[in-house]
Amino acid sequence: MIELEGLTKRYGEKTAVDRLTFSVRPGVVTGFLGPNGAGKSTTMRMMLGLDSPTSGHVRIDGKRYDQLQEPLNHIGALLEAKSVHGGRTAYNHLLCLAQSNGIPDRRVDAVLDMVGLASVAKKRPKGFSLGMGQRLGIAAALLGDPRIVMFDEPVNGLDPEGIHWVRNLMQQLAAEGRTVFVSSHLMSEMSVTAEHLVVIGQGRLMADTSMADFIAENSRTYVRVRTPEPERLRDALHATGVNAVAADDGSLEVDGQPAARIGDVAAQHRVVLHELSPQNASLEEAFMRLTAESVEYHAHTAAQGQPPGPAPGQSQPPGGDRPTQQWGTGWKEGR
Amino acid sequence: MAHTTRVLRSEWTKVRSVRSTLWTLLIAAVVTVGLSALICAFTASDFDSMAESEKAVFDATYVSFAGMSLGQLAMIAFGVLVVSNEYSTGMIRSSLSAVPQRGTFMFCKIFVATALVLVVGMATSFTTFFVGQQLLGDHGTTIGEPNVLRAVIGGGLYMTLIALFTMGVAFVLRSPMLAFGTLMPFFFIISGILGGVSATKKFAHYLPDQAGTMIMTVETGGGGEFGVGDRPYGPWGGLFIMALWVVASLVAGYLVLKKRDA
Ligand SMILES: Nc1ncnc2c1ncn2[C@@H]1O[C@H](COP(=O)(O)OP(=O)(O)OP(=O)(O)O)[C@@H](O)[C@H]1O
Ligand SMILES: [Mg+2]
Repeated sequence: MIELEGLTKRYGEKTAVDRLTFSVRPGVVTGFLGPNGAGKSTTMRMMLGLDSPTSGHVRIDGKRYDQLQEPLNHIGALLEAKSVHGGRTAYNHLLCLAQSNGIPDRRVDAVLDMVGLASVAKKRPKGFSLGMGQRLGIAAALLGDPRIVMFDEPVNGLDPEGIHWVRNLMQQLAAEGRTVFVSSHLMSEMSVTAEHLVVIGQGRLMADTSMADFIAENSRTYVRVRTPEPERLRDALHATGVNAVAADDGSLEVDGQPAARIGDVAAQHRVVLHELSPQNASLEEAFMRLTAESVEYHAHTAAQGQPPGPAPGQSQPPGGDRPTQQWGTGWKEGR
Repeated sequence: MAHTTRVLRSEWTKVRSVRSTLWTLLIAAVVTVGLSALICAFTASDFDSMAESEKAVFDATYVSFAGMSLGQLAMIAFGVLVVSNEYSTGMIRSSLSAVPQRGTFMFCKIFVATALVLVVGMATSFTTFFVGQQLLGDHGTTIGEPNVLRAVIGGGLYMTLIALFTMGVAFVLRSPMLAFGTLMPFFFIISGILGGVSATKKFAHYLPDQAGTMIMTVETGGGGEFGVGDRPYGPWGGLFIMALWVVASLVAGYLVLKKRDA
């Protein structure tokens, strides 16, 4: 269990982490999301006591990090930045960490084996590839068989086999009742791994909810309809009080109605249907929509009557061609 | 206590497992002994042409430590590398995640490095003394003469204190480039210039290296080119001044480590 309370970090004028309060619970994989520069890595460094917060605090199993006598037996972490001396062999790197926490030497061989680095145990990490370095970092995190693990972008640089392995590892750790906290930008990966989500933007908490709720709350589920006679179907639906919007590709999109109802109306009016498919948004769409909506806020109030935010799948990545500073400003005012 | 023992073991593993760091210790020993031997050999062959006044204050012990002025630079390199490599490689984040008690971490790292430096420093000091005396022949001295043993042990202590001072500075500056860029000119140029100009000489006597070298002198009237005869303090006084510098640098290093983000 990791608890944050009012955690704040300022670098000069810039507030990197802004009054974050949330808990990471055991038994599930908790995803930690936010655009670049949102403050994820900074938050994680503060959790490990590496950076000291400007205000607020973090508790690991109820204790301050530096109150943990042998922290590696409680919490293991893979950080974003490389944290290995390139001239010390993989084995010796893990050995010195193990010794400082009273972890037996044989555990070093065990974790090296676990991450698939046994064959390069006596090699220096300066010759390691990105993925191998990542595996060594994960090995260090698992060294003390901790009840809490924290990974900052663990799949960064991993091959498909490695990604698969990390996914299974995290789910297995969670299934064993451990606390698993992981940040990533790979939404497709996150959506199959994480059960709970913490989303931050510009250092602020934007969501702390289950994956399912997050998608439901932040995305549009609709039914896509294709027909050779879109005008007729639209009028027919309109007559029953259902609004259908024409999409760019010539299909119709109907919000908030079950597919069956649309099918019934089409049948009554003898309109031929070529497609009738409910569209469920992905995590990626939900995430982008949450972020896009915030930027879209101004445009929405300026031009009355537009649908709130772009349709799923068409949404723009936040800040893609805007200055990052812009990001989330609308959201704050929108609350 | 058990915790400290574990961290000490871990730091020992760290020191012995990086080759480049260990090389600097070997270089410090080889350079000190080699250069001292060379200077002693030259001195022995030139002895008869020396002025009577020079002969009167000739310090055979001190001459056999002449190579230390260069060898200490390798010692400084060791002190810098052992600390700032943690920062330049990012290892410090792993280290402090494993040992968040920063005082314990610093103590253990410095303890292990100092123990190693003390062993190498003492071995170097005794070797350079005996090799030097051998080459000085008739002009040499023996370990049994008054104050000579003190000077030889002092040579080992001097090297240890130099490394300690360096480690404190490295904890403050963190970047190896910055640490080298500050310490090398300090010991090689600034100390020499200040010590060479009569106006600033009085102050230069209180610099850590100049004060520290006093412990290696036997004939307090002389000291040859280093001119240690005009000091307001004795050998132990000099070492004490150096120790004050060491304490200051370690305290500064500790405060920076404690306060700043890793
Ligand atoms: N040591 C530092 N000094 C000054 N500013 C910093 C420092 N560390 C981080 N920042 C700033 O804090 C903000 C948050 O950075 P952080 O690395 O935590 O973001 P992130 O969410 O991990 O981003 P990414 O997804 O790109 O990894 C950024 O604006 C960054 O510039
Ligand atoms: Mg990051």
